Amino acid sequence: MADGIIHTEGLTKVYPGADFKAVDGLDLRVRRGEIFGLLGPNGAGKTTTAGMLTTRVIPTSGTALVGGIDVVAHPALAKQLIGVVSQQNTLDRQLTCWENLYFHGRLFGIGAKESRRAATDLLEQFQLGKWADKSVYALSGGMAQRLMVARSILHRPAVLFMDEPTAGLDPQSRLALWELLGELNRAGQTILLTTHYMEEADQLCHRVAIMDRGRMLALDTPAALKATVGADTIVTVRTVGEPAGLAAHFEREVEGTTRVRPVDGGVELHIARADGVVPRVVAAAERGGFHLADLSVSEPTLETVFINLTGKELRD
Amino acid sequence: MTVVAGQPPAPTIAVTPLRSAAAASRIALGALLLRDLTVLRKHVLEFVLRTLIQPFLLVFVFLYVFPQIGQSVGGGRGSSTFATVLVPGVVGISVMFQGVQSVALQLSQEFGFTREIEDRVQAPCPVWLVAVAKIVAGLIQGLLAALIVFPIASVVHAAGVHAVFNIRWWVVLTLLPLTCVVFSAGGLLLGCVFEPRNIGLMFGFIVLPITFLGGTYYQWTRLAPVKVGGFSWLQILVCINPLVYVNEGLRGAFTNSAHMHFYIVYPVLIGFAVLFLAAGVRAFRRRVLS
Ligand SMILES: Nc1ncnc2c1ncn2[C@@H]1O[C@H](COP(=O)(O)OP(=O)(O)O)[C@@H](O)[C@H]1O
Ligand SMILES: [Mg+2]
Repeated sequence: MADGIIHTEGLTKVYPGADFKAVDGLDLRVRRGEIFGLLGPNGAGKTTTAGMLTTRVIPTSGTALVGGIDVVAHPALAKQLIGVVSQQNTLDRQLTCWENLYFHGRLFGIGAKESRRAATDLLEQFQLGKWADKSVYALSGGMAQRLMVARSILHRPAVLFMDEPTAGLDPQSRLALWELLGELNRAGQTILLTTHYMEEADQLCHRVAIMDRGRMLALDTPAALKATVGADTIVTVRTVGEPAGLAAHFEREVEGTTRVRPVDGGVELHIARADGVVPRVVAAAERGGFHLADLSVSEPTLETVFINLTGKELRD
Repeated sequence: MTVVAGQPPAPTIAVTPLRSAAAASRIALGALLLRDLTVLRKHVLEFVLRTLIQPFLLVFVFLYVFPQIGQSVGGGRGSSTFATVLVPGVVGISVMFQGVQSVALQLSQEFGFTREIEDRVQAPCPVWLVAVAKIVAGLIQGLLAALIVFPIASVVHAAGVHAVFNIRWWVVLTLLPLTCVVFSAGGLLLGCVFEPRNIGLMFGFIVLPITFLGGTYYQWTRLAPVKVGGFSWLQILVCINPLVYVNEGLRGAFTNSAHMHFYIVYPVLIGFAVLFLAAGVRAFRRRVLS
């Protein structure tokens, strides 16, 4: 599988009646064993991409292979290789938690005895053992999510697809899910996830593709993506009163500034060679006669990368 | 938490399909049906009650209450003649309601509200097979409905009222399954077309007209006198209603009363089955694929 477990070429989708490409000429290679992230704002085309790879969305042009199988020509074969956790709760409301897993196993051709064992084991592994005989209505959002993950991996899919897995989860459930996905991955599970949380892409993914308006803008490890910013420190400065002239002033006065971006009530400075940066910024402000209201220092994030690529913020 | 670089995948994860598309599809169809029948078994009491309530009320009012209060139905002919006409019609209408309740209402919910269908279509089989599984499950429930409704409809009568049966088994055994296919495929189509919030419209404009103008209470030929300018408009209009052919056919299957010829009933119902199947599967695909 030298070409990767997922391989797309020129993958494009125009929805009927739309006059734009929801996904535009996507070329992707996802390797076995990695957690691969599609990062982008709302409407970037992440769900559409995942939809095409999981046979739900029919591409307008281009090809998509999962495990070397063309998902458009052979959906029934491709679906044997994939597990899907969608954004909505798609658990079977008429069945108990245990039955949700059991029948999923049967659906994928796992025998009755083996499905029974797998259902019981997975409930334990996902700390849902107590809920085996309960209706899925009894589950909280985080637990329903865990049950959907358990269901999606029961048939040992070659790739697990997760669309915005932690959207709408409370911070604690989010951390727990990250932990869980990390564990699954260490046991060999290849995962493709979509997200608009840069922390999620940064912390969880081996490689990240940044998408906007259907196009892939960059693809690399989070560290390499952040290195493209060309600055090691981000300083956000807010001043009392009108920040007019602030940007030009700092750009001139603070050595190593690679980029200045206006933000609400002040500016954001991207600075390379940032030793002793705080005193230098304060001194520069004093020289210009600006009164600092607030100053914060951080490292570049994938958000910074996104801003550099598109000129806009990830979260609108 | 930062995840370390991926280790070699565990040996149990296959990266090529284990089965041919045909084998995987066959297994998936079996599992989809197993799931539906398990749910049916869990709710068997509810199934029996909702299946029986309407037919019971029909025969109770028309064949038990009416004769006792001297209300005349069936064109003033004897109550027993009317019973003979009504009982097959009650079976027909029950099978039709099965199609609405166990297929259309379920599906509409799964599409619009619970989104369960999104998971179901990830089954390792073509999407149309998921729709066909729904129809087969509906067919089984329709047959069960006929099986429990017929005895009830035949016995809940006032004293002296007797439906006269002459069962032609070859017709029963072919026409009933065909009827079930027509209505569960029709249910598939309705379930894909109507959002949960529009279910009231579906009942008002489709289910009720089909029921009231489906020839449950009278034979089709008896509509001839309803005329405008010498034209039997109602008799012609109800020809678009599949329930008419079902009820006429079932009359021929269960009784000796006059009925539409089987040479018309079978081809027309096969036509409806094919039409509803094709349109239903198409609507299903359009709902789940984009
Ligand atoms: N079923 C659909 N029909 C028409 N347009 C759609 C459909 N789904 C998504 N779109 C459009 O395609 C674009 C990409 O959407 P999507 O893939 O959902 O983005 P994301 O998941 O990154 O938020 C958006 O402009 C969206 O409005
Ligand atoms: Mg999305």
